[in-house]
Amino acid sequence: MKIFESFRDLSIMNLENAKKNKIKIVGLYCAFAPQELVLAAGAIPVSLCGTKNEPIAEAEKVLPRNLCPLIKSSFGFAITDTCPFFRMSDYVIAETTCDGKKKMFEFLRRYRPMHVMQLPQNSEGTRAFDWWLAELQVLRNELEKNLAVEISEDSLRQAIKLANRERRTMKRLHEMNKIDPAPLSGLDLMTALWVKDFNADKEDGIELVNGLIEEVAEIAGSGTSPFPRGTPRILLTGCPVGLGSEKVVMLIEKCGGSVVCLENCGGIKTLEYLVEENDQKDPLEALAERYLSIPCSCMSPNSGRFELLDRLITEYRIDGVVDLTWQACHTYNIEAEMIRDFVKKDFDLPFLHLETDYSSSDLQQLQTRISAFIEVAGRKKQQ
Amino acid sequence: MITVGLDLGSVTTKAVLVEGSSWTSLIRPTGYSPRQAGKQAFEELLGNAGLKRGDIGFIVGTGYGRISVPFIDKAVTEITCHAKGAHFLVKEVDMVIDIGGQDSKVIAIDRFGNVTDFAMNDRCAAGTGKFLEVIAAALGLDVSELAMLSKDADPVQTSNMCTVFVESEVISLLAEGVKRERIIAGIHQSVAARVAAMAERLGKGAHIVFTGGVAKNEGVREFLCKELGRDLHVVPESQIAGALGAALLAREEVRLKSL
Ligand code: SF4
Ligand code: SF4
Repeated sequence: MKIFESFRDLSIMNLENAKKNKIKIVGLYCAFAPQELVLAAGAIPVSLCGTKNEPIAEAEKVLPRNLCPLIKSSFGFAITDTCPFFRMSDYVIAETTCDGKKKMFEFLRRYRPMHVMQLPQNSEGTRAFDWWLAELQVLRNELEKNLAVEISEDSLRQAIKLANRERRTMKRLHEMNKIDPAPLSGLDLMTALWVKDFNADKEDGIELVNGLIEEVAEIAGSGTSPFPRGTPRILLTGCPVGLGSEKVVMLIEKCGGSVVCLENCGGIKTLEYLVEENDQKDPLEALAERYLSIPCSCMSPNSGRFELLDRLITEYRIDGVVDLTWQACHTYNIEAEMIRDFVKKDFDLPFLHLETDYSSSDLQQLQTRISAFIEVAGRKKQQ
Repeated sequence: MITVGLDLGSVTTKAVLVEGSSWTSLIRPTGYSPRQAGKQAFEELLGNAGLKRGDIGFIVGTGYGRISVPFIDKAVTEITCHAKGAHFLVKEVDMVIDIGGQDSKVIAIDRFGNVTDFAMNDRCAAGTGKFLEVIAAALGLDVSELAMLSKDADPVQTSNMCTVFVESEVISLLAEGVKRERIIAGIHQSVAARVAAMAERLGKGAHIVFTGGVAKNEGVREFLCKELGRDLHVVPESQIAGALGAALLAREEVRLKSL
């Protein structure tokens, strides 16, 4: 695992080298940004989604305090020029997901050349699909113009294959945790999956993760796990988490649970859905289909999330579900009540909804809730 | 077999010693050091019973200070402990409403006294003992005087939920000449409404036990009954329910180990 922690520094070096060789870097904020188009343009996609608390104070000088910490963190990084990935980005792709983000981007575009994709409000039906397909076409043109390249059909097909291969590998790693007790802690799993968002060379990343999978398989084969047998198996769903905003993952494991499944954007939500690799099919259409199927709460309705959870709870033999909402994220916050109903009625599992931000001011409170939740899940598991 | 439960709350420390079917308890202020308060309460409890540390089979600690007391055998959350304690006190209980100094909780319980679900207030102090304390201070009263004064008063609504803002709202109401009895009644009603909303989310309990320090406040109690549309079980031991539950859990631990 050590290598993954130093991976960030390594990626920064690799990206700097790439820049020297005139390779463009494109920053992405959300899972809806089609990285294949960036790859096909011969550029490197990196994630800019803010997961750290540090730059929030600066962001609050411009943005309202009562806003999702992810948005404030993303913005804060940009205006303080403290995120190397933002600094290196030649171009930025944003999208109109939630209200907070889309309005924040209106400020952010002062700092970098940017294209904002207009997302449909739901993912069902032909009208949404046609709209999104047209949006991909606009993005394609914008990338071609701004990066001074041509995105060929062929390069697009190749990019699709590469990104799929990466998804399959990451998913394989994630699925190691179907073993009981889990061979990977939730924190390690999250750290390892994170690789794909900062990687200068996807092939390197895939290889790295393949190595890890072998290592983990060996550990699991010998019957060792960071958790004792009988540890409640927890699924985490809700808003995105990353390094810096892992406090809930950390607390769950500190309080005696094991986060075996990450349903959020850094986890399975973005690994499950592959782009169709059919040579008869228009690659842009294939991309539009795949990206529109991401079950994010900013879509209304968002039935895909329930289908996904249904499958994951069964496959990973889950003992309890934690739904994390970042403060002021209305869509996830409201959807939480539906998720509660679903988890309780369909699975009769303990469910905990948490609303918090990136600060450490409520660790004590969170710990009480999470401990009590683990006590309940542990007792049910024993029965 | 003798076991002890210690509940290290933000305001008071509660200790209960259980032996067979009888038990003794004491309540002391926590002060600034839960660690010190826990140690003293424990020693006093033993002293009263004429026992030594070696006589105690198992100690369970609970409450926010549970992590800072080194001599306990196991830490369990106050949620699990309150459920156990309430179940011991009122057999048919299916829901506990616990309003303490720092937070308020609603706990749904199965017929064995196990927690099935719970809800807790967020970071802010609205709907907690602290909230009442701040208001009492703004009115120049001790928190224990609130209940008496609000009796039969017609509640005046305050619009703020934030403790700091309510405090200034209360002061301006006083300046407008609103009687403080009505203000207090309004505050009691707002605490009750907030907690009742949490309870409704967990489904209706038929037998609700009201625990925690605020359970002693008749004003909150009355409004809570009104908001919930049903009676509450009020037990004299409401304040020590958590510590009692902890001692009972300690007893289960010993039994499990001797199996
Ligand atoms: S949760 Fe939704 S808006 Fe946020 S990164 Fe994921 S897809 Fe984008
Ligand atoms: S967590 Fe919610 S509010 Fe924050 S950026 Fe994502 S969708 Fe928007």
